[in-house]
Amino acid sequence: MKRIGSYWLWILAVCFLVLFPLCFHSLFYINNMIDILIGALFGVSLNLLIGYTGLLSLGQNAFFGLGSYTMGVLLRQTSLGIPLTLLSLMFLGAVYAVFMGYFCTRLTRFYFAFLTLAFSQIVYIIIIKWTSLTGGQQGLIGGIPVPLIHLLPGLSVDIGPRLHFYYFTVVLVVGSFILCKAVVNSPFGWVLRSIRENATRAQFVGINIRRYQIGIFVISGIFTAVAGGLTALNISGAYPDHAEWIKGADPIFMILIGGMKNFFGPVVGAAVMVFLNTFLTSHTRYASFFLGAVMIFIVSSARMGLLDYLFYQKGVFKGASAKIRAMMRGREKKALEVGE
Amino acid sequence: MTGNATETPRPKGTILETRDLSRFFGQMAALSAISLSIREKEITSLIGPNGAGKTTFYNVITGRFPPSSGKIFFKGRDITGLAPHQIVKRGVGRSFQITSIFSGLTVLENVRAAVIARSAARMNLFTPVESSRSLYEQSMRYIELIGLADKKDDLCSILSHGDMRVVEIGITLATEPDLILLDEPTQGMTPEETKRMVNLIRDLSNRTETTFFIIEHDMNVVFSISDRIVVLYYGSILADGAPDEIRSNRKVKEAYLGGLTDADG
Repeated sequence: MKRIGSYWLWILAVCFLVLFPLCFHSLFYINNMIDILIGALFGVSLNLLIGYTGLLSLGQNAFFGLGSYTMGVLLRQTSLGIPLTLLSLMFLGAVYAVFMGYFCTRLTRFYFAFLTLAFSQIVYIIIIKWTSLTGGQQGLIGGIPVPLIHLLPGLSVDIGPRLHFYYFTVVLVVGSFILCKAVVNSPFGWVLRSIRENATRAQFVGINIRRYQIGIFVISGIFTAVAGGLTALNISGAYPDHAEWIKGADPIFMILIGGMKNFFGPVVGAAVMVFLNTFLTSHTRYASFFLGAVMIFIVSSARMGLLDYLFYQKGVFKGASAKIRAMMRGREKKALEVGE
Repeated sequence: MTGNATETPRPKGTILETRDLSRFFGQMAALSAISLSIREKEITSLIGPNGAGKTTFYNVITGRFPPSSGKIFFKGRDITGLAPHQIVKRGVGRSFQITSIFSGLTVLENVRAAVIARSAARMNLFTPVESSRSLYEQSMRYIELIGLADKKDDLCSILSHGDMRVVEIGITLATEPDLILLDEPTQGMTPEETKRMVNLIRDLSNRTETTFFIIEHDMNVVFSISDRIVVLYYGSILADGAPDEIRSNRKVKEAYLGGLTDADG
């Protein structure tokens, strides 16, 4: 029953995304939706590390920058085409994730977090210094050519027009979500949860924890690189701030706002962030100030992301899993015991 | 690491053997030259005053940290210096003195985590766990064994202390060990919970081929379930024998038991 329910949710979400441009055909809405989708992918891919494995990575900007620059450089300087460029940037993301994950997972907690920050700086410095390839501080200015995508002989798609690019983004992001969700529900995904809950215990049930941590680093890095690549196409350029450490905070904010216990928490977080950004910047010069205030309010009053709050604290949705009901039952039990 | 040189003849029925096992923390010898053989299918208890080195002995055996010198053989093969997860795979399971479970997960998910860890499916990225009958049935077998079937969907963080300890036994069992090391299984338990734990251990020992090696402070428990008792005193073995021998051993009485019996009496 529960499975059918969750399938319906996916189908509804996809229908919504497909029909969205028909209801809101102004470019303003479509552009915002593209931003939300790309941000959501960034957030969900980082949440594989933070929410599912308990690894607080502050260096996800490394993969975002890597993705965005690979997309820009390859499209400008080669004739690989978009599909192959996407595969290349996923491959590069994976390779850098193995390198970064190998060293970072030797440490734990704060030291782990600091080391991820350091490793993301490596990418940033390379981008800044390798001027002939990346344009240095200026970035890849002057636009990125967008070749046709040849799906079948005689059938090509031009993702240049905004509406086309919107659907292209929907396909890539939803496809990535399906893969990420599969990983999270798989035995591998449950190994990750056990590492998050108690790494020592996980070791003593026979898990080589570093192998799994590096594994999820790779998966997370690949999808973050895709988000970076989509961004380069979206704004037709790649800039150093895509790899700067502040960029690594974006998905963390999304996770904080939306919640880390639910797969779709970061999606809600991305929607809230994009909405606030757009709404606030059109009304005030102090957008970041109010964004910060909203974040402080959510984190300090709910003490968890919005979706986690709804699911775990309020149990709002029907069909709440047995886990939540058990937790509620437990609360009542504890309350009764105290009452005695 | 597992060449022929490490295969050594072992006395029949020995599952674990340590040879001159020592562990230093700085200048302090937590364990000095411990040579001990644990026999198959028995319940052996390890007792000794606080700081005798019991938990250190466990930690060295299970690879939490390496010995300073000496060797450990499990089923005749050298396991000295292996990583914890490798030692678990060889068939040594353990519980911890301070309950160590996946407290944010349910009872079923806890035990299933251990079942997944030893199944070939652990590297599977795409088949949903929830749809696997075999993972579910295997996990439920252990949950029924520890008697928590009616609480299988409860989050472990809301269980009673006694139930949490039992869940940890379930996790340990699910790794399918031939030898189980339990570090103070009845620690902090009410008399009733203690009775339940003792029955559980006895039951498991009778119904399965598993060998138990238990650290315990509760002398009633120790003398009622052990086939053999080993007394550790400042990092060395003070005495080793059947419960009756240990009870009448003068050295043990002086060092440890005497005081307790007097206090109890």
